[in-house]
Amino acid sequence: MRIELVKRPQRSKLFAAISPFLAFLLTLLAGALLFAILGKDPILTLYTYFVEPLTEVWSLHELAIKAAPLILIAVGLSVCFLSNNWNIGAEGQFTIGAITGAIIPLYFPEWNSFAVLPLMLVMGALGGAAYAAIPAVLKARFNTNEILTSLMLVYVAQLFLDWLVRGPWRDPAAMSFPQAPAFPSWAILPELFPSSGRANWGIVFAVVAAVAVWFLLKKTLKGFEVRVIGQSPRAGRFGGFSTAKTIIFAFLLSGALAGLAGISEVSGAIGRLQPVISPGYGFAAIIVAFLGRLNPLGIIAAGLVLALSYLGGEAAQIAVGVTDKTVRAFQGMLLFFVLACDTLILYRIRFVRTAVSPAKEVSYGHG
Amino acid sequence: MTTQGTRAMRKLLFALAASAAMLVAGGASAQEKVKACFIYVGPIGDFGYSYQHHQGALEMQKNIGGEDKVEIAYLESVPEGADAERAIERFARSGCNIIFATSFGFMDATNKVAGRFPDVKFEHATGFKREHPNVSTYNSRFYEGRYVQGVIAAKMSKAGMAGYIASFPIPEVVMGIDAFVLGAQSVNPDFKVKVVWANTWFDPGKEADAAKALVDQGVDIITQHTDSTAPMQIAHERGIKAFGQASDMIKFGPETQLTSIVDDWGPYYTQQVKAVMDGTWKQHDVWGGMKEGHVVMAPYTNMPDDVKKAAEEAEAKIKSGEFNPFTGPITKQDGSEWLKQGEVAEDSVLLGLNFYVKGVDDKLPQ
Amino acid sequence: MGMAEAILLTIATAATPLLLAAIGELVVERSGVLNLGVEGMMLMGAVAGFGAALTTGSAWVGVFAGIITGALFSLLFAFLVLTLVTNQVATGLALTLLGIGVSGMIGEAFVGQPGVKLTNIHIPGLSDLPYVGRLLFGQDPLFYISVLLTVGVAWFLFRTRAGLTLRSVGDSHSSAHALGIRVIAIRYAAIAFGGACAGLAGAHLSLVYTTQWIENMTAGRGWIALALVVFASWRPLRVFVGAYLFGAISILQLHIQAMNLADLAFLPGPLYWLLAQLKSLPSQFLSALPYLATVAVLVLISRNRRLTIMNTPASLGQPFVPDR
Repeated sequence: MRIELVKRPQRSKLFAAISPFLAFLLTLLAGALLFAILGKDPILTLYTYFVEPLTEVWSLHELAIKAAPLILIAVGLSVCFLSNNWNIGAEGQFTIGAITGAIIPLYFPEWNSFAVLPLMLVMGALGGAAYAAIPAVLKARFNTNEILTSLMLVYVAQLFLDWLVRGPWRDPAAMSFPQAPAFPSWAILPELFPSSGRANWGIVFAVVAAVAVWFLLKKTLKGFEVRVIGQSPRAGRFGGFSTAKTIIFAFLLSGALAGLAGISEVSGAIGRLQPVISPGYGFAAIIVAFLGRLNPLGIIAAGLVLALSYLGGEAAQIAVGVTDKTVRAFQGMLLFFVLACDTLILYRIRFVRTAVSPAKEVSYGHG
Repeated sequence: MTTQGTRAMRKLLFALAASAAMLVAGGASAQEKVKACFIYVGPIGDFGYSYQHHQGALEMQKNIGGEDKVEIAYLESVPEGADAERAIERFARSGCNIIFATSFGFMDATNKVAGRFPDVKFEHATGFKREHPNVSTYNSRFYEGRYVQGVIAAKMSKAGMAGYIASFPIPEVVMGIDAFVLGAQSVNPDFKVKVVWANTWFDPGKEADAAKALVDQGVDIITQHTDSTAPMQIAHERGIKAFGQASDMIKFGPETQLTSIVDDWGPYYTQQVKAVMDGTWKQHDVWGGMKEGHVVMAPYTNMPDDVKKAAEEAEAKIKSGEFNPFTGPITKQDGSEWLKQGEVAEDSVLLGLNFYVKGVDDKLPQ
Repeated sequence: MGMAEAILLTIATAATPLLLAAIGELVVERSGVLNLGVEGMMLMGAVAGFGAALTTGSAWVGVFAGIITGALFSLLFAFLVLTLVTNQVATGLALTLLGIGVSGMIGEAFVGQPGVKLTNIHIPGLSDLPYVGRLLFGQDPLFYISVLLTVGVAWFLFRTRAGLTLRSVGDSHSSAHALGIRVIAIRYAAIAFGGACAGLAGAHLSLVYTTQWIENMTAGRGWIALALVVFASWRPLRVFVGAYLFGAISILQLHIQAMNLADLAFLPGPLYWLLAQLKSLPSQFLSALPYLATVAVLVLISRNRRLTIMNTPASLGQPFVPDR
């Protein structure tokens, strides 16, 4: 038997609506199977993964903390991906944003003003945007592959941060240990409801950014331009849009949001610069962007779901004894199912008897 | 609401309060069963740093009387960013009586959570911050073992030169290099050490490359302050000798390993969890070495008897407290004097050590 | 063994896994598909190779297990991007994530166990020749396989009819389809070949490079392999050059650290000066050097627009659904 795709005359509204849920359901089933094979109670494990973290208030705060950078970065990436710009270096832009944002509290630690925090956030966003401009300009000017340049620059940014906190920015009071001095209290992103948990303004930035970018994409000419160029650069040129300008715009926007996420993370949940500031948010956000189907509002939901899978993975490590590797495997499966289910929006699947078709080339049974 | 109802309610509230009070009291005095929780920065399968902490946890559980007495929970590969605080808080909330945060990067997070959970004891490895009375810090004097390794290296090396694969230029690592050199120079004053910074704690491929580069540069002994077993295997392939790191790596070099510094956290964990059970836990800052059994040398193998004897003598001197590896006269790399004859380095200087002693063939990254 | 020969041998070992993975990905991309899952496939190959060798005691069984696991794992990707026409970038990333997770889960049993080493070839007489003996006749078998693969792929792509067909699929799947070429079938085969090569590269890491299994032991080498393909502008022999260049930079970086400048006074002035400068840089900058060099070379190569367009598979990354 072979599988054949038949293009639908138009997007299926039905499948567009149920596809994420279908994907989630399939992931749960595959997960249950995986846990059963590992000898764990599948129901209990899935409960600890996806329900338990939602039952406590402090844990909801943690969810917001974890989801905020994912959403912020992913919203920016959605603009990149929609316009066919494959920025996979958001992790580097996040890192540089954290570094540039930290300049004021590190060089002017005495300056206590209400202006400090907003300035830090702006500088973080600018830093991220500037770093994203490198692959953007290289692509627009020299046609250099942006996937690889943006990725290589991630390693460079991380090594740069490492050098800073071990060298020139090392806290003299930290006994030669690698960390920058702690930010003063007025340079710390305030918590939203300090009495019940530590969620900070980062999640607000994330939601505002998502709504703003949604508006940009759906309601403005710029958004139209981004989508047209992404679908067909030729059509875009006929429409009078500049591919080069779109490349720069998409990278600057996503770099700025990644940089904002970076400075929000160090001034919020961490409180200082140190060698490790991200558990790979820039890469996980790529999943979030696709999970949310490159729709900024969908990305809010996707960010929360992925954050939940981290929290749940931790809970499951303790309660059920599954290892942290299952979290990765789980996220990979989720993304696979989302991508596969989205096929149904544009195509109908037809099963064809092999004997009829002359083209039985490769066994399809492995998927 | 009727009077009866109110009274019942009051009774219930009283009972709840009483049991809560008992719980709190129980936290302060002797306990039947405790829950000890561990946070590791790497996977427990790294066969190095985190692995040894986990071995210590298991040893503690066995020493105290198994699962009936101590319940263990752990989280591995916890990143040193915003996630650390959540991981620690999760443990504090889930009924852990004592929480061991086993990496330097967990310092701020440990102290923040400790402020919110005064009844839970917190132990932070390799840090220096104790902002609340329920936070202790602990570390081991691994440099004592490095000194012994230096003695062995100088006796065994024909080239008069050893290779040192280092991770990051932090005091802990610099201290190890200096102690190794001092040990070697106690045997051969002209002994040289070549250092290569791998800039990673854990990348078997890169550590293997570093080991090969050092061997090609003429060293015939390899020692490492990175965590994987790759350098040991390279040393075996090239037919030279090497020292293990963190755990006994003899399996990876049966004919290669001279000895290994084994991080034995078991005795310390046992002592601290027992203290929680007895209600005698107190804040402290412990820097234990061979004397306390925190630093243990793996069996001396693949060396002639006289070398073994010299190693055992050095070990015994340090263990008895008779000798400190950082005892003058010691000259800095730049030729200036660090310690006068008979002068012993202060712990506070060692903990922030950022210079080499004479004989290191490298410029310390600043 | 002289120092130069020793260094070259080390560089060869460092370059071989990069070369193996990159040559496979090159074929995939020549067929018009971008598979970003190289890192994940390498890890699957590494863990399967290590496990099979450990259980059977034979390193060769491990090598084959690595190849087959890599190929099977890549078919998962193939099914999604070819049959279900999903986005290639996202699917490739998902494959990497899944590979990291699954290999870590499978590998838990193997951690801390010394593995089985694939022994070096030894040809009496030849292997002991001065200067070149070890280099030409005394390395591990996968080194020779990687060289043969490079030459073989170059020959296949540019000298055979099947290779021409594969390239035509990558350049324009619509015209290829119109000519009656089975685009999807060829891409399935190319992806499986790429998976097999990545699996072999992984097996090299766990059976030759370092004889052990550690989770995430590829440490980013899959991504470097991907960069090498573009670096080489999709030409097999340039992939070879790129892999060795990258290997050389990462190895020499360590040698510069270990070297004593005083021993190098015999070198010509400018070279000595350069080494002294490099040695005085913070080690983080030396570590960043290979990545910066890759970016620089990518820019230099892509600046020449005519050359790039001539070599880039025009359909790279584009989805294809045959009209019926």
